[in-house]
Order: sequence, then C-alpha cells, then structure tokens
Amino acid sequence: MTDVSISTTPSAPDRAKRVSLISSDARTEKRKSAERRFRMYGIAGIATGIFFLIVLLVSIVSSGTGAFQQTFINASVYLDPSKLDKNGNRAIEDLRKVSTFGYTPLIQQAVFDKLEQNGIETPLQKRGDMKALISASAAAQVRDVVLANPDLIGETVDFRILASSRVDGYLKGRVQREDVARDKNIDAEHLDLVDALVPLGIIEKTFNIDFITGADASESRAEAAGIGVAMIGSFFMMLVVLVLSLPIGVAASIYLEEFAPKNRWTDLIEVNIANLAAVPSIVFGILGLAVFIQFMHLPQSAPLVGGLVLTLMTLPTIIISTRASLKAVPPSIRDAALGVGASKMQSVFHHVLPLAAPGILTGTIIGLAQALGETAPLLLIGMVGFIASNAPDGIASGLLDPNSAMPAQIYEWAKRADPAFYERAWGGIIILLGFLISMNTLAVILRRRFERRW
Amino acid sequence: MPLLWLSAIILALATAGFFLGRARALASVNGSSEKLHSLPSYYGSNALMKSVFPAFGAMLLWMLVQPLFIDNRVAQLIPDSEIDEGSSIGLVMSEVRRTADGITNAINAGFIDDETLTAGQADLSDVTQRLKDAGQVVTNDITQPILNAAQEYRALSETSRSVMTIVVLLVALLGAGWGVIQSGRDFRARNVVEQGILGILIAAASVAILTTIGIIFSLIFNTIEFFSLYPAVEFFTLLEWAPSFSGRGGASSLGILPLLWGTIYISVVALLVAVPVGLFSAIYLSEYASPRVRGIAKPLLEILAGIPTIVYGLFALLTIGPLLVSVFGEDGAGWMGGGRSVMTAGIAMGIMLIPFVSSLSDDIINAVPQSLRDGSYGLGATQSETIKQVVLPAALPGIVGAILLAASRAIGETMIVVLGAGAAARLSLNPFEAMTTVTAKIVSQLTGDSDFASPEALVAFALGITLFVLTLCLNVFALYIVRKYREQYE
Amino acid sequence: MNDMRILERDVDAQAIKISAKNVQVFYGDNHAIKDVNVDIQDKTVTAFIGPSGCGKSTFLRCLNRMNDTIDVCRVEGDISIDGEDIYDKRVDPVQLRAKVGMVFQKPNPFPKSIYDNVSYGPRIHGLARTKADLDVIVEQSLRRAAIWDEVKDRLGAPGTGLSGGQQQRLCIARAVATQPEVLLMDEPCSALDPIATAQVEELIDELRQNYSVVIVTHSMQQAARVSQKTAFFHLGNLVEYGETGTIFTNPEDPRTESYITGRIG
Repeated sequence: MTDVSISTTPSAPDRAKRVSLISSDARTEKRKSAERRFRMYGIAGIATGIFFLIVLLVSIVSSGTGAFQQTFINASVYLDPSKLDKNGNRAIEDLRKVSTFGYTPLIQQAVFDKLEQNGIETPLQKRGDMKALISASAAAQVRDVVLANPDLIGETVDFRILASSRVDGYLKGRVQREDVARDKNIDAEHLDLVDALVPLGIIEKTFNIDFITGADASESRAEAAGIGVAMIGSFFMMLVVLVLSLPIGVAASIYLEEFAPKNRWTDLIEVNIANLAAVPSIVFGILGLAVFIQFMHLPQSAPLVGGLVLTLMTLPTIIISTRASLKAVPPSIRDAALGVGASKMQSVFHHVLPLAAPGILTGTIIGLAQALGETAPLLLIGMVGFIASNAPDGIASGLLDPNSAMPAQIYEWAKRADPAFYERAWGGIIILLGFLISMNTLAVILRRRFERRW
Repeated sequence: MPLLWLSAIILALATAGFFLGRARALASVNGSSEKLHSLPSYYGSNALMKSVFPAFGAMLLWMLVQPLFIDNRVAQLIPDSEIDEGSSIGLVMSEVRRTADGITNAINAGFIDDETLTAGQADLSDVTQRLKDAGQVVTNDITQPILNAAQEYRALSETSRSVMTIVVLLVALLGAGWGVIQSGRDFRARNVVEQGILGILIAAASVAILTTIGIIFSLIFNTIEFFSLYPAVEFFTLLEWAPSFSGRGGASSLGILPLLWGTIYISVVALLVAVPVGLFSAIYLSEYASPRVRGIAKPLLEILAGIPTIVYGLFALLTIGPLLVSVFGEDGAGWMGGGRSVMTAGIAMGIMLIPFVSSLSDDIINAVPQSLRDGSYGLGATQSETIKQVVLPAALPGIVGAILLAASRAIGETMIVVLGAGAAARLSLNPFEAMTTVTAKIVSQLTGDSDFASPEALVAFALGITLFVLTLCLNVFALYIVRKYREQYE
Repeated sequence: MNDMRILERDVDAQAIKISAKNVQVFYGDNHAIKDVNVDIQDKTVTAFIGPSGCGKSTFLRCLNRMNDTIDVCRVEGDISIDGEDIYDKRVDPVQLRAKVGMVFQKPNPFPKSIYDNVSYGPRIHGLARTKADLDVIVEQSLRRAAIWDEVKDRLGAPGTGLSGGQQQRLCIARAVATQPEVLLMDEPCSALDPIATAQVEELIDELRQNYSVVIVTHSMQQAARVSQKTAFFHLGNLVEYGETGTIFTNPEDPRTESYITGRIG
C-alpha cells in the first residue's frame, strides 16, 4: 500500500502552489471579467428583444392613434329643392335619381358661405375651389340623410361633413407645406384657408367612430375608410373556426389520448399533427383555394371558406393543447370511475373531460387568437383586393357573402398608394391587437382561476 | 329544398327517433328501467345516431360527387370547336358554371325567365345583356353551345338535388326506424352507442390525415398540370423569373432559383438577428435571471410571438424600411434604392423569430441535467465557463433543432416578405436590394385576375410544393433531433 | 484492527485543513444544519455518516460553497480552509472550488470525450501551458483514478459511454486533474455495483496520500473501511466526531450507538 507508484511521482505543478483564496491572481481576474462579459451578452440579448418590442409598440401607437381621429367641416347645407327635387313632390323614386353629383355643388356652396360669413380673405374665389377641402364621400353622406328624411329638402341643415384626406393629413402633420407643391390635390392657398378655419371651429378634428364601425372606401377616399365590416367578416370566420375546431379538436384529442391503441395508424396521426402545426400558413391557403374553391365551388372571399381554412390551420394547435390538459388529469380519476363500473367512455366524458375543460378552453382561445391574426391564407381565397362595402344582414349572408377580415383589410390598406391609408392600417392594427390582448388576457385569467395542481 | 331545411328535417326525424327508441325500450320492460341493459337514453341515442350519421354522410358524399358527375356529363355537350386555342375544357366548364349560376340568379331576381332561354334559339346577345343587367358576371358573349350546356347543367343540378333530398330523407327515416326497432330489453344500447362515439372520435382524429392528403393532392395535381404546360427542367434550373402577364402573350420564364435565393437570403438575415438575441436571452433567462426577472422578461419577449405577422409586415414596410433608407439610402451610404429590401424583411422576420428561438432554447437548456452543471462548478468553473463548455455543448443538438424549426418558419413566412421584401426576383448579393421569395410569388401569382389554367398561375402550386417539401424536411429533421435530444436526458 | 492503529498514528501527525465553527444552514425557513463545529485534517479520509436527510450532504456542499448555486440556501458561521474564511466577501467561489474538488453521488461525466472530461479543469484553470503538459496531467489523473489502463486506447471516446464504475472513476480523475487540496465526495459509490465500489474505495485510500478527502456515505461499512475520522450527523446536528475506530467500537453518544447498531436510520 505504501509503494503506490503514482503518489511517489508528483508532477511539477502538483502541490506546488498553495495560493491564498483571498488574493486573486491575474488569471482569475481575467476569468471574472469574461464572466461579466458573458452575463452582459445575456442582458444585451434580452434588452434587444425588449427594445424591439418597445419600438414596435411605440410605432404602432404613435402611427395608429391618428386613425381614431378625423377632420370634419361644420357647414350648413341648403338643400335646394330646385336641384334635389325638380318635380317638387318629394317622391322617393325621384329623389333617388339625383346622384351624388347633384349634392356636391350644394356642399361646396355651404363651405364657401362659411368663408363669407366669417369674412375670411382668400384668393380662392370660386365655389368649386372648395372641392379640395371636402371629402368625396361628403355628397353621399348628405344624400343618405336626405333620402332617409325627404322633408328636409328646402331647409338649411347643419352637417358635420368629412374633410378631404389632405386636410386631415395637414392637421395631423402627415401633409407638410413643403410637400403640397408637388401635390395636385391641394395647394398652399387651401392650407391657409384651413389654418383660418380651424380656430373658428369650422374645421375640427374629433373622435371618429366611423373608423371602428364603418366600411372600407375606395382608393381616393382614405378619410372615409373604416374597419367595421372587416371586423364582422373576422367575427363570422372565428365563429366557423370555433364551431368546427373545438369539437373536432377535442374529439381527436380524446381519441389520441384516451383510446388510441399504439399502432402505425396512431403514430401516423401523431406525426401528422406535429408536422401540420409547422406547415407554413400559405400552404393552407393553397389547400383552401384548390379544395374549397376550385373543387367544391364554394364562393370566393366568403368568411365560411376563410373559417374552414383557418380551422384546418388551428386544429393542430388545439389538439396539442387539449391533449396536454387531458394528460394533466391524473390516472387515479379514471381508475376511480372505472372502479365503480363506469365504461371507459363514461369515465372520460363524465370525469376527465370536465376536469380538463378549463385547459381546453384556454388552448382554444389562444388558437382562436392565432387564427384571428392570420393573413396569408386569406389572400389566396380572395378575401382581399375588393371593397367590403356593406355589413351583412344575417347569418347566411355573413357566412357566404364576400367580405374581408381585419388582417386582410390591414394588408389591403398597406398596399394602397396613398399614405393616408397607412394611418388606417396602423389604426386597424391597434384594434386587432386590442382583440388579441383581450383574448389572451381572458385565457390567462381562465388558467389562473381554474388551474388545478394535482 | 335548401340544405338548411333538409338538415333541420333530418334533425327532427332523429329527435323523434330518440324519443321513440327511449319509449319503446321502457315499454319493453314495463317502465322499470333497471331491467334494461343500458340507461333508457342510450336506446334513444342509438336511434338518433343511426339516423343522423348515415343521413349527413350521404348528403356530404352526394355533394362531393355531384359536381364531378355533372361536370362530366355537361362536358360531353361541348363541341371541340368551342375550346379555343390555348384554352382548355376546364376553362370552358368554369364559364358554363358561371353562366348557369348567372341564369339562376337572374331568374330569381326577375331579370329573365325560363321561356326566353328555352325558346330554342334564344337571342344570345339579349341574354347576355339581361344577365349583365342583373349584375351577374358573365363573359362578353355567350355562345349557343355554352348556353345549352349551362341549361343542361342547371337541369342536372336540379334533378340531382331533388334525388339527393329524397335519398337523404329516406336514409334518415330508415336509420331512425332501425334504431327504434332495436330498442328492446336485451339490446346492448350503451355498447353500440359507445362504438358509434368512438367512430366519431376516430373520424375527428383522421381530419389531420385528411388535411395532409388534401394539401398533398391539391399541390400535386396542379403541379403535374403545370409541368405539362411548362418544362420542369426550366422551372428548376432557369436563373430568371419573368412571368408574362396573361393576355399580353409571349413566353414566361419561370425559374425558381431566384426566388429560392431571395427566400434563403432573407431567412439567413432573419436568423442572424434572431439566433444571437434569442439564444443569449434564453441563456440569461435560464441560467442567470432571478425568478422575478424571469417572470417579467419571459412574458415580455413572448408578446413578440403573439403579434400577427401582418403587423411585422407593416412594421417592416413603414418603420424599418424608411429607417434603413435614411441610413443606407441615396442620402446615406447609397446602397439602397427603396424601402423594400432583403434587410427590411429580414430584420422584421428576425424580430418575429426572437421569442421562437428563445423559448425553444430555454426549454432545451433547462433540460440539461443539473448534475452536469454541478460537476462543472465542483471543478471550479465559473458560470459562463460552465455554460459555454458544458451546458451549450450538451444542449447543442436541441438548439440546432430549434434553429432549424426557426429556419422553417422563416422560409414559410409570407406577410413580412409580401410587404417588406419587394416584388422583383433578383439574384444579387446586396442585402439592401429588393428581392422576392417563394411565398411572396405564390401570393402574387394566385391573387389578381389571371385564370387558374395558365402556367403563370399554376406555377404557384409548383412553388407551393417546393415550399411544402422544404419546410416539411426541415421540420421532420428538426423534430427528430429535438426528440432524440429529449430522450437522452429523460 | 492492527492496520487501523497504524493509521491512527498517521492521523495524529496531520495539520488541520478545514475548520468549521458554529455553522448554520437554512433552506428558506428550514433549519438544515444546526451549529456544527468540526476540524478536518489534511491527508486524512473523513467520513460523514448519518441517516438520510440528516444534513451531511448539505454540510459537505458548504465546504466548497456549492450551496451558492441554490437560491434559497443561506449559510451562517465560519468555515475556513488553511485559516482563510471561505465565506469572506473577497473569496471567489470559483477559486475555492478549484482548491476543493468534488465528486458527486451520480457519475456525471460531461457529454464529451474522456480526454476532454479530464482536461476540462486544467484548461479552465490554466494549469497547462502546452498540449504536452495537458497530456501529462490527463494521463496522471487517469492513472491516479486507476482507470488509465481501461481507457488509454480510447481517450477520444465519449465519457458517457463508460460503465457506471468507470464513469465515477472518470469523475474522480476529472476532479483530481484540477490538483485540488481537498476532495469532497458525496456518496460516490451509491450508484455503483459492489465491484466498482471496491475499486473506488481502494482509490480513495490511495488519494489520501495527497489530499484531504471528505466522504459522505450512508454505508457504515464503507465509512469503517475507508476513513480515519468519522462524523455522525443526526437531524442537522453533528452528534459525534472522532477517530473512526472509536466511533464504531465505542461511541460516546447513545444516538450514535443506536445508529451504528441499526436501531435508527
């Protein structure tokens, strides 16, 4: 035992140093600073991520809040019977025949009158010069009021009419004086006029409910575009997704988690679901186009088709989360039910499923939130590129009539040339994120409230 | 009869079956339900099940087969002379369908009546005009064979609908009747119902398979059609992407390589942003952060994952793009022509992928057993030495898997590149130049007005199948690596 | 017994390496170690024995500040090595752990080659200037851990591919390679079969030539076989500390006696 060879041949560095613990040598200092550096990298990583988040949120909020405000012109329009009702009988059929072109001069006159009443000096001396201030939607706005209430003809009525998007942009700082030289829609004189009218309260910027409730408008009328109809389209799509994906997802999960024998078919399904969850969303769009529209001839642009595509896309997410919550229910519960003579099916439906319900619900809400923000597949089934102008008037038309969806509407605006639409796109994002945040908060609350630890 | 009504009647029949079956079962034991094999409601459910499932199944099947059958029959009516040069029977058929739908809608709206159409030699231009008046989208002039085909199509559809209604109702009635007759004291209703439910569960689980089959079929068939119009070799080898716009004529150059290059270039930029930031965040969160910091920073990062891609697209287009232009554009370094570029899209995509990389890596780093860390600390290693030399090498396979999954995400991402990357296909090394990707071109070839039978539209399916195969391989490989990695430490 | 007496004489000659005074350890609200005083000698094998949960492992982990890695753990009192307080603010736990090596209950080779496992410590501490130096250290350490002959032909093979006993000896080689002054072993044989255990025990006895070895074990036989001094822990208290022979043959405290005779544990 004493002649152990290794202990008799201590190597050079062995036992040579007996350094104090308190003094640290240069090497230790170097290692310590390497440690600090590495830690800094980590902090820098997180800081970068959070920095990006903040930049993203700041640009959304700063660019988007403008969409919730709109510039209006307060004018008293004289509804001239000689223009609007030549026959003088107030018959609705005759009134309908007067197109918006009949109303435009009246509105321009009304604005022009305001200038004279307030004694504003301007080189713009013609009624027609007011055109640049007024939205192209204003005539339709007045016309709708008149058609709804023909007795107003002949009276002078106070209207809050939409100002043109350039005036709106000027008040919001989007349109600069330097830029107007190249702009054929508005010039410096008009901006002078706006500057003069704002203090008088004739032109004012107020909250714009129409952006939230209204329909999209054509390329030239950014000021009138709203996201309301697209919101309804999204709602119907989510309805389809919920109605289909929840039962199918839960049924599939129950089978895979509780009943499936371990065989090739089940393995195939499992692998399938894992991979479907990672298939690019655009591929689901191709599927929707080829199967639902080309093959089954379902209507293009219909929320029903959008909902079907999103259902197929969300199913894997819902199945994965549902299986996790089924798995979290301890086997003892199943055994207890089986022990009192319940069938396997009864034990699952009477005991396991109710216990897993909060988790399933949470997963479903998160899946829906994901589907709500999805855009790419909707482009392929045609939910973009047209103007969703009317709110549907029932469930069937809501499902089958062409409509847009919130993210598709945002994309549509982002594509348009007029920067006035960008503000609307950001505003749409605020609303979309508002929905997503509410849904996720709901999911978190549900999870907190019903979470059960076994 | 509208489908809604038909469904309602089936449901009514089934409900009747439920109560009858239940009543009959109870009657067979004179009301003392404990003598029955199963609870009375199981007998009812048996009848309900037997009427609802076959009936709706038949309805679904009929509706799937009907268009195939009718198309086939109607297509025979169309003489070859109707099919223009460069057109196909499919195109003509879609026109027939459009006309048929138009006629039906116009009749319902009262713009036209059946007599005008069936008067043998209807005035074609008049019919066209009337349809247009009714707000129906039809081609410029309807020819006689097309009108005939459309009429035949309508007739066949109508007959088929009526037959279907009868068949479906009969099935529902027979099913309910069968279920009711079965209801007796010795019938094991619960077992039968549970078998039925199991069948539904299996069917639901198979939806995933059906989806995959649907994806594969819709991609393959259209791709085969594309390759019959356009040589496959050119598609895979041509260095140019220049589709001619339909109507203008001229041959298109549809080479996928420039698109793949754009896709890969943008994905690489995205990963260059996401991997360092995500990985270091994950390391900090799992190794250094106190529970409090972790509890705040992790959810904050994960907000990035919950933001829809359209938002990142807009962010790229309207925030990152202008920012980059102000630095690298004409006024700055002069490398950048417009706001859309590889960098614009790549950075936005990178931000999107940060939480993806960080949460996957976080999980994977946490799966490295504590004993390895202890072993390293026990030897006097600092925390960073332990991470760099023990934890990360041990976690490497998992992290590689996570990065591959992120890469697959990047390759399949659509909205960011549609808005941020540009529309021109280009084989260039300058990351500040606009390029385009496979996904962006799928969108641009399938939206817009081009008809679905042209190679310019069908190419999207060939692009789609390339994308699908590419991401599928990445995913399968990555999931395999990650699973192997997990098993190692379980 | 004869052999034991020889060892005892050795023991008396050794200086005190580690000195612990009034050590208290808390896990959150749980008072895990209560007022422990112990002096551990150089070039001696000291065994900590006691029933599970008695705090012997916890105390062992205080000696190289491994408990620092657990957030809720708090250590009070003085522990000094060579007269230097290891819980002094100026002490870098990293340097301390280089001086006080540790071998764990479960063999935990890094998922690297055998060579890299052993050279890991010397590399991070900069003990070798050249590759040749490193080769020497690796070979020496593997020899010292009595595993050289088994692995010399496959130094590039992964350490995780070895058998359990080999893995544990590899871990010991890894610890030895850092050239520590104290070697802490936390139940090093609990995951091993009897043959591997015998090999490791033999190794521990050899290591005593150069190091102060502290071993935690739940096997009294093992403590009797390998150690010169034994400390008995019970419910967080150090009940009795003395020469191994004395503890096992003639314990002072009734609790020690109960444990050794198998009445508690």
